[in-house]
Amino acid sequence: MPTDILMPALSPTMEEGTLAKWLVKEGDSVVPGDVICEIETDKATMEVESVEEGTIGKILISEGSEGVVVNSVIAVMLGEGESADDISQVPAPVAAEPSAVQPQTEEAAPKTSPQKTSGASAPVFSPAADPDLPEGVEMVEMSVRQALNEAMSEEMRADDDVFLMGEEVAQYQGAYKISQGMLAEFGERRVIDTPITEHGFTGIAVGAAFAGLKPIVEFMTFNFAMQAIDQIVNSAAKQLYMSGGQVQAPIVFRGANGAASRVGAQHSQDFTAWYAQVPGLTVIAPYSAADAKGLLKAAIRSPNPVVFLENELMYGVSFDVPIMDDFVLPIGKARMVRQGNDVTIVSFSIGMKYATEATETLVSEGVDVELIDLRTIRPLDMETVLNSVKKTGRCVVVEEGWPQFSVGSELSARLMEQAFDYLDAPVMRIAGKDVPMPYAANLEKLALPSVDEVVAAVNAVTYRS
Amino acid sequence: MARKNATQAKTSAAGSTGKKVGGRKSSPAKPNVPEFSKGDELRAYREMLLIRRFEEKAGQMYGMGLIGGFCHLYIGQEAVVTGINMAARPDDASITSYRDHGHMLAVGMDPNGVMAELTGRVDGLSKGKGGSMHMFSTEKRFYGGNGIVGAQVSLGTGLAFAAKYRGEDSVSLTYFGDGASNQGQVYESFNMAKLWDLPVVYIIENNKYAMGTSLERSSALTNLANRGASFNIPGETVDGMDVRYVRDAAERAINHARTGKGPYILEMKTYRYRGHSMSDPAKYRSKDEVQAMRSERDPIEQVKQRILDKKHGNIDDLKQIEKEVRAIVTKAADFATNSPEPDPSELWTDITI
Ligand SMILES: Cc1ncc(C[n+]2csc(CCOP(=O)(O)OP(=O)(O)O)c2C)c(N)n1
Ligand SMILES: [Mg+2]
Repeated sequence: MPTDILMPALSPTMEEGTLAKWLVKEGDSVVPGDVICEIETDKATMEVESVEEGTIGKILISEGSEGVVVNSVIAVMLGEGESADDISQVPAPVAAEPSAVQPQTEEAAPKTSPQKTSGASAPVFSPAADPDLPEGVEMVEMSVRQALNEAMSEEMRADDDVFLMGEEVAQYQGAYKISQGMLAEFGERRVIDTPITEHGFTGIAVGAAFAGLKPIVEFMTFNFAMQAIDQIVNSAAKQLYMSGGQVQAPIVFRGANGAASRVGAQHSQDFTAWYAQVPGLTVIAPYSAADAKGLLKAAIRSPNPVVFLENELMYGVSFDVPIMDDFVLPIGKARMVRQGNDVTIVSFSIGMKYATEATETLVSEGVDVELIDLRTIRPLDMETVLNSVKKTGRCVVVEEGWPQFSVGSELSARLMEQAFDYLDAPVMRIAGKDVPMPYAANLEKLALPSVDEVVAAVNAVTYRS
Repeated sequence: MARKNATQAKTSAAGSTGKKVGGRKSSPAKPNVPEFSKGDELRAYREMLLIRRFEEKAGQMYGMGLIGGFCHLYIGQEAVVTGINMAARPDDASITSYRDHGHMLAVGMDPNGVMAELTGRVDGLSKGKGGSMHMFSTEKRFYGGNGIVGAQVSLGTGLAFAAKYRGEDSVSLTYFGDGASNQGQVYESFNMAKLWDLPVVYIIENNKYAMGTSLERSSALTNLANRGASFNIPGETVDGMDVRYVRDAAERAINHARTGKGPYILEMKTYRYRGHSMSDPAKYRSKDEVQAMRSERDPIEQVKQRILDKKHGNIDDLKQIEKEVRAIVTKAADFATNSPEPDPSELWTDITI
């Protein structure tokens, strides 16, 4: 039987690509491993190798074809003793299943095409303007990736003491392409590739900060910062205190935090609560591109050690970012995304995705939600949260990390201590499940929080269910 | 087979230096080809081919969206794990990184179970909960499947500690990459392994790159066989593309560890043909470099050529092996595609006992 050669997906999100070039022609014999064609995606050009031994019987998609759907038949291969006549009917191209998963790109992540956060349907509410922005400031749409890149580049242009170090940040342009172009602009002295030695290079960076430099340490992901957490906590966080105020550690530890997609237990962990427990550290976890830019610039300028938690799945997502010469946001200030009277939803980082979608659903059902994005986790902007809960009397906290001893746990405790008399219902925590992250697609989905869970929690605290 | 003296491995196009370090001064390599019987050649051919075809299929299934997340293929490096296992005993333990599919097939784990784990299904070796990077077998003494670069080196040293503690003579085969060889815990482990003379063989799979970083860009000294020198751990650089040299060196190293002399380092010069993981376009190396390795140094082609030259078998015999191997892989792919997803209740199992 002739074998179909299918258009492959080169990442979990790829649905179609361009068949750039055929490297074989009909009648050529190939063995496994031979490169038969090149395909282009929005990410890269990749070679496709043959998995079978045989003869190329028929090429069905000519080179240069764009929008070739994943899993459609691009050629037919003949086995021994088969001829082109054996190719009876060409099966119809299979439509790509819409992929439930998101980009995973530890190695080659490239710019994904910008997506709007709120999907196709018009949002029920538009986020309130950030009061920290000048009124009427012009905006440009930008991905979180681009925003982070601009923040680092602008601060490096302004201050020679700022430098970037980490694995694959220079020549490879960043494992997730956050530092794209920075080696070319700033050179090897300031954009530094390290060996895979997190504990060592983190210590080196902290030492350099003691000596007055302002390092930005990129962890490929925060899962690997666990190798280095001693230097972050024991050396950086405590230095000012232990030295009676003499020695500062002006350093930023940044990188992707939390779950990506299908990368399993050791690569999918949210460390927000871990770092937020440590006196001496500042912990920032932005959601939007504007916050990513304004807060990363603030973090680099901060005299304190800052843990700056990004999220891989947000890198390719675009938001409006103000066009300003020097756009810096205050650390320690939450953002009121929507004002409302019935219930307060508090979240941060990618948790805002669930919170925003739940808010849209709830608002359309007539629940007047107040939505707060914490942005900074330590110090916590309790004033904003307290004022809100004193008004609504109800609070739901949303995060992707584990539920026990979480950010939600801390907020619940503080609300009980500081707003007990105002609460009309228990504070509820929506979090990731209390399990290591499973690999199987169905289990991974169950392990993460969902919009439905947020809606159900709001219904519970507003006694609508 | 004749045990050759332990002072040299060999020089090859893969760039081996053929030096034994630690202990005595190294002497220059002699062309001293290890003996390989007909049975050895045929076994090596079949086992390497199974890994190659399995990995190609996994790559294809990734392309079809059946496998998600990270998927690190072992194509090009087959001779390393195959040669090591030809010298090992079934009760020896092994542990490696996320680039682990080949290691599991080489110790005899079920291809169906490996593939079904790649697709995240209930019949996978970890019930679908581990994925490509996390599979294990207590029966085969395979301890993973580890996602954190370098972590398996200490863990593997611990497997050796347990063997010594219990008075068993099994050896721990601890595999890691050139990139991992710079992690601090590697040297903490080396020190204790020698201090306590633990039965561990450290197998450094030097495929020249750690993701996009070449060994030269990550390491002050690039002779990895030498990395145990200050702990007095002997080491050899081995042509890891030639299964004969791999087995030969592995016999020496395993024998050393098994007889109470402590740890041993094997630097395997090898090469990965594919990108680091599926979405890596591998722009950090030239196509010529990859092509030269494939056409001149391919571990499977070398064996195949010898089988034909020495008349251990003819083209039809090889085709028959190919056919059998393909049948195994096709069966594994079907099995992995048809196995159901784990039951939702599995989310909550296996967390503590
Ligand atoms: C502690 C840690 N840091 C970084 C990573 C990300 N990472 C995964 S594989 C890899 C490269 C490792 O290269 P090498 O040890 O040479 O093994 P190879 O992939 O070549 O088999 C890196 C940096 C990780 N998984 N763990
Ligand atoms: Mg390597």
